[in-house]
Amino acid sequence: MAGGFVSRLKTSLSKTRQKLLAPLEEAVLFHKKISPEFYEELEEILIMADVGYPTTALLLERLKERVKQEKVDQTGKVKAYLREIMIDLLTVPVPTGLEAEEPLALLVVGVNGVGKTTSIAKLTEYYKQQGKSCLLVAGDTFRAAAIDQLAIWSERLGVTLIRHQAGADPGAVAFDGITAANARKIDVAIFDTAGRLHTKVNLMSELQKIKRVVNQNSGGRKLLTLLVLDATTGQNALSQVRTFHEAVGVDGIILTKLDGTARGGVVLAITAELGLPLLWLGVGEKVDDLKRFDPEEFVTSLFASED
Amino acid sequence: MVLSSLSEKLQETLRRLRSKGKLSEKDVEEALRQVKLALLEADVNFRVVKSFTDRVKARAVGQEVLNSLTPGQMVVKIVHQELTKLMGEQAEKLAVGDRTPYVYLLVGLQGAGKTTTVGKLGGLLKKQGRRPLLVAADVYRPAAAKQLQVLGEQLELPVYTGTEADPVAIARQAVARAEQTQRDVVLIDTAGRLHIDEELMAELAAIKQAVSPVEILLVVDAMTGQDAVTVAQGFHEKLGLTGLILTKLDSDTRGGAALSIREVTGCPIKLVGMGEKLDELEVFHPDRLASRILGMGDVLTLIEKAEASIQAEQAKNLMQKIQKDQFTLDDFLEQMRQVQKMGPLDQLFAMLPGMKPKHLQGLEFDEKSFKHLTAIIQSMTPEERRNPQIINASRRKRIARGSGRPVQEVNRLLNQFEQSKKMMKQLGKLGKGGLPRLPFM
Ligand SMILES: Nc1nc2c(ncn2[C@@H]2O[C@H](COP(=O)(O)OP(=O)(O)OP(=O)(O)O)[C@@H](O)[C@H]2O)c(=O)[nH]1
Ligand SMILES: Nc1nc2c(ncn2[C@@H]2O[C@H](COP(=O)(O)OP(=O)(O)O)[C@@H](O)[C@H]2O)c(=O)[nH]1
Ligand SMILES: [Mg+2]
Ligand SMILES: [Mg+2]
Repeated sequence: MAGGFVSRLKTSLSKTRQKLLAPLEEAVLFHKKISPEFYEELEEILIMADVGYPTTALLLERLKERVKQEKVDQTGKVKAYLREIMIDLLTVPVPTGLEAEEPLALLVVGVNGVGKTTSIAKLTEYYKQQGKSCLLVAGDTFRAAAIDQLAIWSERLGVTLIRHQAGADPGAVAFDGITAANARKIDVAIFDTAGRLHTKVNLMSELQKIKRVVNQNSGGRKLLTLLVLDATTGQNALSQVRTFHEAVGVDGIILTKLDGTARGGVVLAITAELGLPLLWLGVGEKVDDLKRFDPEEFVTSLFASED
Repeated sequence: MVLSSLSEKLQETLRRLRSKGKLSEKDVEEALRQVKLALLEADVNFRVVKSFTDRVKARAVGQEVLNSLTPGQMVVKIVHQELTKLMGEQAEKLAVGDRTPYVYLLVGLQGAGKTTTVGKLGGLLKKQGRRPLLVAADVYRPAAAKQLQVLGEQLELPVYTGTEADPVAIARQAVARAEQTQRDVVLIDTAGRLHIDEELMAELAAIKQAVSPVEILLVVDAMTGQDAVTVAQGFHEKLGLTGLILTKLDSDTRGGAALSIREVTGCPIKLVGMGEKLDELEVFHPDRLASRILGMGDVLTLIEKAEASIQAEQAKNLMQKIQKDQFTLDDFLEQMRQVQKMGPLDQLFAMLPGMKPKHLQGLEFDEKSFKHLTAIIQSMTPEERRNPQIINASRRKRIARGSGRPVQEVNRLLNQFEQSKKMMKQLGKLGKGGLPRLPFM
């Protein structure tokens, strides 16, 4: 399984690499000397990776500073500098408790269709592998067959599911979920929620209520809120993170669908602006398609040359 | 730099440009830089942005603009025209097959909104008197078929799920079932897939081969970033798309992906999803999205409307009068006449970003009340119209008698006049503070 996983991640990241960095290699080789045209090309490469204009400008500004400092005029060095600057930006402290050393509750939130439910299945698999007991809570009572979807995953994974009827109050499900997890001394309780656009005020306050319910009945259990982002999303991801963070407080981010051709560069903008840590990467639809985020490895695999 | 300030900057630049008599190439460059940044912020693909701004520039520094009387306005117009051209000029309808049942196939990435859209589309067609059959050909995602069945129940539409694990077989059988049960449109929901997943893309090609859909619709999340181009190209090359459906446009995304996809596939956007509920599917209006992408509300539409009905000179005079407090009841009447030509006032002002309902109170004029208003003002002496402060109680009574309207209505009109004077002034101020000014201000 492990071998399959690693190679899958590699293919996934090398797809990313081809898109993001083959052009970078090309630019370096083509230009040789640093020039405005070279920077323009870098700008294009970064923007095409969804880094967004403001963060691209920030990265290039830092890069130019560095270039001046080091008094280089060849493009060859630039790759290493850019790499360091990006790693620096992506290095954000990770919240404690994520490994479930103590009993843990995870509230998984995000806009519609980003991969919340699937990521929950993947997280469950991860914690199971670590020898932890898990319990899932079917908090999406709104979308058609969302409960059935999580029920199928819980069956496949062999973990308990706390569920109500479709259309039930998600706060009530959350209450039952946290109560059951505590009573059964479960290591990790994971709460699914309905996808909601960050712009819908009433749905955001519903989420605040869910979080309040879990918090008030946590029995001392650590609660972390994880926001799921789809790597295909462009600059709107920033708006999503801002609003969810403001409404419920986000402890970390899961970036899904990195097995596609999207590069998810918007996370650079997110860490630059909000300093929220990226925790997990989704690289496929199966339960083992989840990868712990590591800035160096992430940037390294982005920058690695073709093999 | 804060993201949201970009579109404000763009508005500011364009506003400045609009008021300019002559444009230098530098003016145009700066405006186009702002256009470029706004488009990038809106997630329009980098290369698409580049070719777009090149096109605008070629026109903007050319004869067309330099010879026009208001070069600034010309540039704004060109930007909008090119954008609308790119988006498609008008709403396009779904194809209808020449025999029934005919098939619509919905495809797209994971989580784009295919299943929900199949439901919504079923509901829409049912309302139009068709007899749709919904088909669950997603055999991979847990509870995908169940999801569609639940939607079918809510819509009171039949759902075919089949017994096979093969989506191609399901699609084929579904069409046969539709024939037997006199359903005339078959809507096939497919599993979400990556455009680079060759196996699953081949599966779609096989479905296409098996049931010859009259529409192959790519469902795209409106929040998609730069990758939209690659995705759309991938699906288009393998399947030959006939149209797009843009979902989740109820978010605060600018939706620039739509522009990119249009550019690379040439396919029209046919419908947009505006929410999770089954009736939240709408016809696509290219011009509205064009303005949304630039982050300008419907300001451009407003400008065009206003341009068409108000002469620039006249407008300038009016504005000066407002600024100098020389706005008379005659001007008020004249202005109302102009505004009437433009369409309902509340709708017009609602198009302005930052405009709140409280700005609109007391400013509803239907045709009838417009006639009354005219009668009242025409019953005033020229002096009264110039100088409404002199209209005391006895003058009000006289005006009421002369116009055949109750005194209260005369009072109301005078109040409205004062209010609208205030509002026009306020609008003028707003215009300076970042909001684009109305051309008649
Ligand atoms: N390729 C790929 N697909 C994924 C990944 N994560 C989730 N998906 C797919 O994306 C689709 C939506 O996933 P869900 O987990 O249902 O998303 P959700 O956020 O719970 O969706 P809603 O509850 O409908 O808002 C499904 O088809 C998943 O299989 C990923 O990392 N890669
Ligand atoms: N806000 C919003 N949500 C939508 C829209 N269309 C679909 N969704 C939601 O997006 C999620 C994924 O939709 P689904 O139809 O299951 O996507 P599929 O995986 O492509 O079949 C669900 O939570 C839907 O409720 C839309 O137009 N607006
Ligand atoms: Mg879900
Ligand atoms: Mg689906």
